[in-house]
Amino acid sequence: MPEKQDTLLVMKEISKSFPGVQALKDVDFEVAAGEVVALIGENGAGKSTLMKILCGAYRKDSGKILLNGKEIEIENPHHAQELNISIIYQEFNLTPNQSAAANIFITREPRERGVGRILNFVDRRRMEKEAQMYLERVGARISSSTLIQDLSVAAQQMVEVAKALAVDARIIIMDEPTSALGEEEVDTLFGIIESLKKQGIAVIFITHRLEEVFHIADRVVVLRDGRFVGGLPIQEATTEAIIHLMVGRELVADMFQKKEAEIGAPLLEVRGLTGGDQVKDVSFTLHKGEILGFAGLVGAGRTETARLIFGADRKESGEILFEGTPVDIHSPVDAVRSGIGMVPEDRGLQGLILMMAVSENIVLPTLGEHASFGWVQQGAIRETAQEYVDKLSIRTPYLEQKAMFLSGGNQQKVVLAKWLASDPKILIMDEPTRGIDVGAKAEVHALMSKLAASGIGIIMISSELPEILGMSDRVLVMSEGRVAAILDRKVATQERIIAYASGELDNEIILDGVSKGEVS
Amino acid sequence: MSTTNTAKSGDVQIGSRGTTWREIVGRQEFGVALILLVIVVFLSFYTNTFLTSTNIFNIMRAFSWIALSTFGQVMVIVTAGIDLSVGSVMGLSGLASAMLLAEGIPVPIAVIGGLATGFLVGFANGLMITKGRLPPFIATLGTLLMARGLCYGLTGGWPVRELPESFRYLGQHDIPIGTVGVPLPLIFTLVFAAISSIFLTRTIWGYRIYAVGGSETATRLSGINTDSVKIMVYSLCGLLTAIGGVLMTARLGVAAPTAADGYELDVIAAAVVGGTSLMGGEGTILGGLIGALVMQVLRNGLVLVGISAYWLQAVQGLVIVTAIMLDQLRKRRP
Repeated sequence: MPEKQDTLLVMKEISKSFPGVQALKDVDFEVAAGEVVALIGENGAGKSTLMKILCGAYRKDSGKILLNGKEIEIENPHHAQELNISIIYQEFNLTPNQSAAANIFITREPRERGVGRILNFVDRRRMEKEAQMYLERVGARISSSTLIQDLSVAAQQMVEVAKALAVDARIIIMDEPTSALGEEEVDTLFGIIESLKKQGIAVIFITHRLEEVFHIADRVVVLRDGRFVGGLPIQEATTEAIIHLMVGRELVADMFQKKEAEIGAPLLEVRGLTGGDQVKDVSFTLHKGEILGFAGLVGAGRTETARLIFGADRKESGEILFEGTPVDIHSPVDAVRSGIGMVPEDRGLQGLILMMAVSENIVLPTLGEHASFGWVQQGAIRETAQEYVDKLSIRTPYLEQKAMFLSGGNQQKVVLAKWLASDPKILIMDEPTRGIDVGAKAEVHALMSKLAASGIGIIMISSELPEILGMSDRVLVMSEGRVAAILDRKVATQERIIAYASGELDNEIILDGVSKGEVS
Repeated sequence: MSTTNTAKSGDVQIGSRGTTWREIVGRQEFGVALILLVIVVFLSFYTNTFLTSTNIFNIMRAFSWIALSTFGQVMVIVTAGIDLSVGSVMGLSGLASAMLLAEGIPVPIAVIGGLATGFLVGFANGLMITKGRLPPFIATLGTLLMARGLCYGLTGGWPVRELPESFRYLGQHDIPIGTVGVPLPLIFTLVFAAISSIFLTRTIWGYRIYAVGGSETATRLSGINTDSVKIMVYSLCGLLTAIGGVLMTARLGVAAPTAADGYELDVIAAAVVGGTSLMGGEGTILGGLIGALVMQVLRNGLVLVGISAYWLQAVQGLVIVTAIMLDQLRKRRP
């Protein structure tokens, strides 16, 4: 691609290797002022490594970086900041116990005048006033004196963007900024990116969600296995072309497509479930072989509902029937005993014990079955672990590998494996494919289809509408802690789900029980 | 199913079970064992008195109660907890046995009484931490003070003396093995080291202890009752500490209310020097055993070398931070 006049940053033939891995090999990358570049690729393709070099977290092995035409050497994160390069990580870099203003001005707090200046007293009023300006520039309607811990994820992200503006960033890198956001909040974020663009700021946007690329990017850059495999202006890009570049092969067309399975008898009936601030009077029925999708905005109470069913939190009222008989679930111990498994939202913190072996993670819920009189049977553990590593094609060098060294997709398969080993009747899956690459995603979806076909009932919480629409037999839409609608797949559309989720429609069509699934 | 993958699960191979030199070096006990070796070699050449069976067994005897308590402490720290009460519990359980003996109660029952005391304090720690939702530091700081206060209150500050011969036997007798007499407390220590180690590495309870330390949330969400794991661990720590306390009292032949004062720091230091991570999830009984030995050899060695005992704590502090820094270096290596 010819270099344009206003090209802000050029990275040329960047290489980087880690012990045993060539993470990047001769990668070229460039971005112009006021341009939004989507950087995509499967997990392990080198996106994060490239961006970490740009923001000073890693040093490149070879290659050149030119900023405004001048060759530069980015020494460390602080240096990157001085060069007006900011990165917003997926896990935010904010101190939750301090105010938005304090975070925006971190390390550069304005000091008081006079004696206070000598003593390094922070001029809080000035700091909050100026922080408020930056927050307004990103369209955030929050007070700069609010503590970070009291803000929603979306608002925290706005604080991160404000923080980048406050250091006068010319290049802002966003690492999967939408992965924790609901549909509506994504729109807000895109609005912010548009306005950054108008201010002449270059935005590099790492994402796994292809549909977002078409919404917001001017250009797409695809990496695969540490190499640059293609760059396309958005006008010339198609989903198929991008996926082809990413995976280097044609992807099965029926991705996001649940295979037909016979829907059987009611498995789980939830009646009037209420608990905490976020779950109010939730009722639904899950059948054998069914995937019930839980859609809704972030904060609508989907995860909280799942946690109440699983006994992770205490319910205030409501009844849960398992195969027609009421069950008392007071803790996850009871849930697992009843045959319910849960793949939680955050696999690193809640799904896996990262410092333990893959095999140990797989047998965690079924330790008792792998022991006799309390003595652990190593042979039995290895056998079970090997069985599921094969069945789910989990890529690990050996069974004793610590879970932390696996890729996101393989980690998620380990979490699945541990529940499959417990032979569950019901699986609750919270964002089962968040942050994993396209190939692994297709594998997880295929697996879910297979499980449903074998008679397991699955509750799938997802913030990705294509996933909800493709995988669910019925879609339960939550809005502000309540069930707004339960839609049969025949009548579920993107528009309808969004309308219910945002509270625009309420309880007009309720379809509970698959057989009743007729709607005008 | 995997239509899209090039890598096959056939790549999975089972690592060989044989122990290689690399594995030994990579083990967390290696660093502390090396430190122990350096100190021992130095003392053997520098002094004539260190490498005598009398001196070695003196070290072993005095290290027994610290080591026993360290085994419990290792389990607690592996769950990402801490037990500050072990010094007081050691004193209180020894005192409980002694007071029962003073009342004329037979030795076996008095010993069981002492052990039960330690177990119950540990159990109380566990309850406060799980059901009472207290941070371990606070709960065990409370029992540290309460148990020590009981020691003073029950005795009015006076030691309990004239313990029966058959009780003192437990701490003072040497079992002849070959030509040497091996102190009974050392035998107890090694037996309980083996039991604790097997418990931690071979039983489902041991697995659960490591799991809780690795991620309490993930363990709970896997359907494991994490509260009962923690209550068990603190109870066991109390029990193992009480075994140490009873042996110590038998050895000294007197139960002073000040006995084992401040030992919690020695015990925690031994566990940490032995490679137990305060973040939880990592630590072994063998490491704790070597850690306790290092602390005792230091104590003994300084005296033999002729350095004033007033310098002991300074040296111990230096060894603790050095050991942990070496361990961090080991971990940083890929």
